[in-house]
Amino acid sequence: MTDIADPLSAEIQGPSPRQMLKSRALSHKGLIFGLSVVLLLVVVALFAPLLAPHDPYAQSLMNRMVPPVFMGGTWEHPLGTDHLGRDYLSRLLYGARVSLMIGAIAALISGVIGTAMGVAAGYFGGKVDAVVTFLINVRLAMPVVLVALAVVAILGGSLTVVICVLGLLLWDRFAVVMRASTLQISRRDYVAAAQVIGASTPRILLTEIMPNVFNNLIVIVTLEMAHAILLEAALSFLGLGVQPPTPSWGLMVSEGKNMMLFEPWLVLIPGAVLFVLVLAINLMGDGLRDVTAPEGRS
Amino acid sequence: MSDILTLDRVKKTYSVKQGLFGKRKPLTAVNDVTLSMRKGEVLGLVGESGCGKSTLAKLLLGLEKPTAGDVLVEGDRMQDLDRRALAGRLQPIFQDPYSSLNPRKSIYDLISLPLRVHRIGDAASQRKAVLDILDIVGLPGRVINTYPSQMSGGQRQRVAIARALVMKPEIVICDEPTSALDVSVQSQILNLLGDLRQEFGLTYLFISHDLAVVEHLATRVAVMYLGRIVEEAPVADLFERPRHPYTRALLSSVLTPDPGQGVPETSLGTAYPNPIDPPSGCAFHPRCPHATELCAAKAPRPLETDAGRVECHMHDPDSPMYEEAAA
Ligand SMILES: Nc1ncnc2c1ncn2[C@@H]1O[C@H](COP(=O)(O)OP(=O)(O)OP(=O)(O)O)[C@@H](O)[C@H]1O
Ligand SMILES: [Mg+2]
Repeated sequence: MTDIADPLSAEIQGPSPRQMLKSRALSHKGLIFGLSVVLLLVVVALFAPLLAPHDPYAQSLMNRMVPPVFMGGTWEHPLGTDHLGRDYLSRLLYGARVSLMIGAIAALISGVIGTAMGVAAGYFGGKVDAVVTFLINVRLAMPVVLVALAVVAILGGSLTVVICVLGLLLWDRFAVVMRASTLQISRRDYVAAAQVIGASTPRILLTEIMPNVFNNLIVIVTLEMAHAILLEAALSFLGLGVQPPTPSWGLMVSEGKNMMLFEPWLVLIPGAVLFVLVLAINLMGDGLRDVTAPEGRS
Repeated sequence: MSDILTLDRVKKTYSVKQGLFGKRKPLTAVNDVTLSMRKGEVLGLVGESGCGKSTLAKLLLGLEKPTAGDVLVEGDRMQDLDRRALAGRLQPIFQDPYSSLNPRKSIYDLISLPLRVHRIGDAASQRKAVLDILDIVGLPGRVINTYPSQMSGGQRQRVAIARALVMKPEIVICDEPTSALDVSVQSQILNLLGDLRQEFGLTYLFISHDLAVVEHLATRVAVMYLGRIVEEAPVADLFERPRHPYTRALLSSVLTPDPGQGVPETSLGTAYPNPIDPPSGCAFHPRCPHATELCAAKAPRPLETDAGRVECHMHDPDSPMYEEAAA
């Protein structure tokens, strides 16, 4: 017997996965930045009524297109007013609600649909896989923007319609990625071990497969959130999304575009916050992927 | 000794696609195998990489369904038995402890899974069972809150062994349980498996590509080549009087000064055949030093020997090649 032969004395090496996650997350600048911005906007959206200096719907024809403070305006309207004299900062704060709600709910709906399809295809294979692959191909053959435009044009634009249409259209990436990762994880011996032990299929899917494909899922969630937010802005810009007078960033860009040459800030301000939000969500997604990558040998 | 697990003329064919636009072709991984495991024995299964050892293990575990033939558990067809009832009798230990332990679960969750799935005992007795089995496999109780990523390969394999044994099965299917481990750890795990067998009266199927490892543990050995069992004999008999030319080639590689770690360096010049396109007649004939036209034309039939079986024309009294073997 050599001394290395005694596993009882062998020390457990390295940090636990949770400690590792924490230290990796705290040292990831992109994640910290993205997460902070997103959290800030969530807080803003939640507390919009408390933070907004004015009623976002209150029109004042006396105070139309007042410039923001940094362009010679007053602190009465820090970001100025729009063509109907509504306070721009207040509309921007309320607009965060629309964008975040659309992003979150559309990503949730499409995430549930796509993940269920992808995981089923990857785990069961065979006919289930063939059907799912066919559905993915059908979906990929449809141009999202055109279909969304057509549906919204027929049903009429409203927050609910936009959310549902986007939720029902954006599941393809979830399905593709979850199918591939499930296929890969299903081949691991721990799945075979659970099958031999007699664990039920739902149990295997929930406790063996899902935790190990979760890091890929989280990236797609953020990507599709950003995707949905941009699509809502595009639809609203085209007049087929959220209807006036609801404050939506896309709608604000659209309403400001006529005056763009004379009052560029009407377009630049909502455009910039949209850009920052999408960038932050993407940075957060990238960061989460890096941080939650499986530890040890893959 | 009675047979507790039997393969009865079992065949497993996969359909594989070659290239991007290639046609699907059948690949016979296990070809008409009849093999029994007797209570209390350690059946060693040896053969080169790709010969179908893992497929055979999966068939025995019920992870793959035979294309033809039956897997019998004490005479009952496995398909007719309850998967959950079987789990308490038959457990696997896999080759790669990095792949066989879910990285997201703590050691406690991993080892207690069988107990929780089968609702054996309450939380306190499950905890005690886990601590007991950890002690038996030589790990300290404090590891229960750690994760596989914090352990070495040898420690992980001990966890995998603990999970396999926590329900006190009768049969353990070990698919190359040491070949992914460091050399210094391999013998520890082999010794542990040997001790556990004594302690629990286990029956093992012990798969390896290394005859030297099998000699250490097995009581009987089956030699596999391209999906078939070409020779089967008690371990001493096989090492003293190997009958099949393939067994002899494997043995000579064990007896060379540096047997190495990987696939046995056999003196067989030609490469291992492609299982999609197996040779005619006896599958071994392109590499066999004794091969004749007969071997290329006709597959040998299984022959009973003193204590086992062999498939080779040289041992068939009805064959013109019989004389040669005696010489
Ligand atoms: N799911 C599968 N689909 C298609 N072919 C497969 C599948 N599993 C195994 N095979 C093929 O069957 C043959 C036997 O494979 P198997 O894994 O049983 O070999 P093995 O003896 O365990 O090899 P090793 O020593 O490398 O583990 C190989 O040619 C392999 O490519
Ligand atoms: Mg194998």
